Amino acid sequence: MITATQAPEHYLGAFDQFNHRAATQLGWLKSLRQEGFARFAENGFPTTHDEDWRFTNVAPISSREFRPASPASIETDQLRSFGASGFECQLVFVNGKFSRELSQIESLPPEVRICGLAEELGTNAGQVREHLGQYLNFRRDPFAALNTAFLEDGAYVYVPRGTVLAQPVYVLFITVPSADAIMEHPRNLIVVEENSQATIVEDYVSLGGSTAPSFSNTATELVAGENAVVSHYMIVRQGDSSFNVSTLRIQQARTSNVATHSLLLSGALVRNNVHPVLAGEGAECLINGLFMANGRQHMDNYMLVEHVSPHCNSRQFYNGILSGHGHGVFHGRIIVHKDAQKTDAKQTNRNLLLSDDAQIDTKPQLEIYADDVKCTHGATIGQVEENALFYLRSRGLDESAAKHLLLLAFANECLDRMNSVQVREHLERLVMEWLPESASHSGEKPAEIERAWEEVG
Amino acid sequence: MSLLDIKNLHASVNGVEILKGINLTINPGEVHSIMGPNGSGKSTLAGVLARRESYEITQGQVTFNGKDLLEMKPEEAACEGLFLAFQYPVEIPGISNAYFLRTALNAIRKYRGEEELDAMDFLPLLREKMRLLEMDDKFLNRPVNEGFSGGEKKRNEIVQMAVLEPMLAVLDETDSGLDIDALKVVANGVNSMRSTERSFLVVTHYQRLLNYIVPDYVHVLVNGRIVKSGGPELALELEEKGYSWTEAEPAGARR
Ligand SMILES: Nc1ncnc2c1ncn2[C@@H]1O[C@H](COP(=O)(O)OP(=O)(O)OP(=O)(O)O)[C@@H](O)[C@H]1O
Ligand SMILES: [Mg+2]
Repeated sequence: MITATQAPEHYLGAFDQFNHRAATQLGWLKSLRQEGFARFAENGFPTTHDEDWRFTNVAPISSREFRPASPASIETDQLRSFGASGFECQLVFVNGKFSRELSQIESLPPEVRICGLAEELGTNAGQVREHLGQYLNFRRDPFAALNTAFLEDGAYVYVPRGTVLAQPVYVLFITVPSADAIMEHPRNLIVVEENSQATIVEDYVSLGGSTAPSFSNTATELVAGENAVVSHYMIVRQGDSSFNVSTLRIQQARTSNVATHSLLLSGALVRNNVHPVLAGEGAECLINGLFMANGRQHMDNYMLVEHVSPHCNSRQFYNGILSGHGHGVFHGRIIVHKDAQKTDAKQTNRNLLLSDDAQIDTKPQLEIYADDVKCTHGATIGQVEENALFYLRSRGLDESAAKHLLLLAFANECLDRMNSVQVREHLERLVMEWLPESASHSGEKPAEIERAWEEVG
Repeated sequence: MSLLDIKNLHASVNGVEILKGINLTINPGEVHSIMGPNGSGKSTLAGVLARRESYEITQGQVTFNGKDLLEMKPEEAACEGLFLAFQYPVEIPGISNAYFLRTALNAIRKYRGEEELDAMDFLPLLREKMRLLEMDDKFLNRPVNEGFSGGEKKRNEIVQMAVLEPMLAVLDETDSGLDIDALKVVANGVNSMRSTERSFLVVTHYQRLLNYIVPDYVHVLVNGRIVKSGGPELALELEEKGYSWTEAEPAGARR
């Protein structure tokens, strides 16, 4: 079945082994995996000749022999180091496997499912099958294909029609590096049916200590039913020798409203694909991202926004802060299909380059096949503005505090588009911790990080 | 002792001399006004005093409160008690007015060895100053100057001055573009801060402002030099006759 293979040899062995021992052996799932692997084998890893990968060379991933990560466990105490306490509904995955002990799931409204995907496949595969693998374009995208080949576990969130989830669902993915180069392929499925509402956070971290490379190849299918309102957050803050490629495929029905926010903070190479399809009339999508690359980090934001139906509205806002030898990419592709009249699509990418060696590639790509549409895009690349810096200093802030405040202001433009207060606070803390200037800023870490916005009653 | 003492100040931008020997002494409690045609160097003088780095000082000394001002960084000048109300206030999206001003006030308090204020202590203070300038509470949470009208920006500058309580406030055309009601509000804000210790250097094009903020001295700056100095009546004369006549006469302030 698998003939000409572009895939590195060792993936074949790894896949064979995996396919035999995988926890779930349902027939349809096995053939889904097989098809995933076949596509991956056919296409192999992309190269910079591929238009979608022009600015990102994946050789550091394709040249390494990653082995599927072995199950690992961590202590509850170690959880705290990730600074994510306070979420009442929390799913924890260690090396891609759901950990019931570390997770915490409050009593849920009837029929709502929040659990590990493998678990759900064992008990209630029918519902999962309806959606799993139905949206992700693994025929075209080799990483999505690879994820599908190794599909086993991830977060499963199902919100039936007319249900509001009051609490955000916080999902923490912990990679525990080992002596070998390891890979994991978490696969998430989020289904929010008509007139329902949910907030989901994916947070990717790794346990410190090891410098062995790890490769997290994640995929999420997010299905928003008619008039559903979904907020999705993606945080990547793994170790210096980790590679993270993630794909978020969003399927939107009529008048659904989806906001997806990404915060890329660290990793050797991070690629975040966001692919919403506005399939129903009047759907709205907000894609909001902040990325901060320093050292030799490479962060690539790739968007493919597909307008399929009329009267849909999409907004992309990305702010990048690049320092050291950091390299950022913003590639925003918008396709307006021929029936998608009255499309309103907007794209803005703003970047701050803090050093001579930092780099940003920004590329809008608009493909419009309908005639009555409004599409705008804009990109800026600049330094911290001298005039603003002087303004702050003239009010008494020293240079590093003033710079820090301006970077925070720049980051806040993104944070301000988030409407879950609890999640926003979590992200704000992370931003404060990772802002390039903060290390040098006054030499001390504030005991409690305060908000740049004061709540005034 | 004088609060500000400028002696033979020469300053250049990109190799072009803009200030060509300024002499000016301001004592505590005095209000001085500087008038002059476009491009004469008024903002340059204000910028040099606030320690904007793009100017090259080629000659002269400036003493502020007994210290060498030209040795100070912008933040040091601010912490020593100098405040510049900008001709063109800068917009800072993403940071609220309240947060920005508290950060600034705390930086200055820290420099002076005073305790920092938390939001609870600070907000009533800010609210009071904003009421003085007739600014709505909604401006507390708005990003600094972003989307403010010209007049709102100018009033916001005076709010900042009122909160930071400088020894010397340099107001660069704070009156420009204001309607008469806003002008009165701004003047009222300034006047409420006048004291025997605090001094003002008010840069303006229009005598009108000086009806409300009555200066002790008026100086005429033309082509980088103070060509004439006098009392408030000088402003009226300028309003009437323009600047051209001032250059003909030898001025007392001229070297
Ligand atoms: N950054 C700069 N680079 C070059 N020239 C400058 C710069 N800043 C000011 N100048 C020049 O210096 C001169 C004085 O400018 P300044 O802004 O001080 O004048 P001003 O008296 O404040 O004028 P206005 O009344 O229009 O505000 C002008 O000729 C101006 O073009
Ligand atoms: Mg000026």
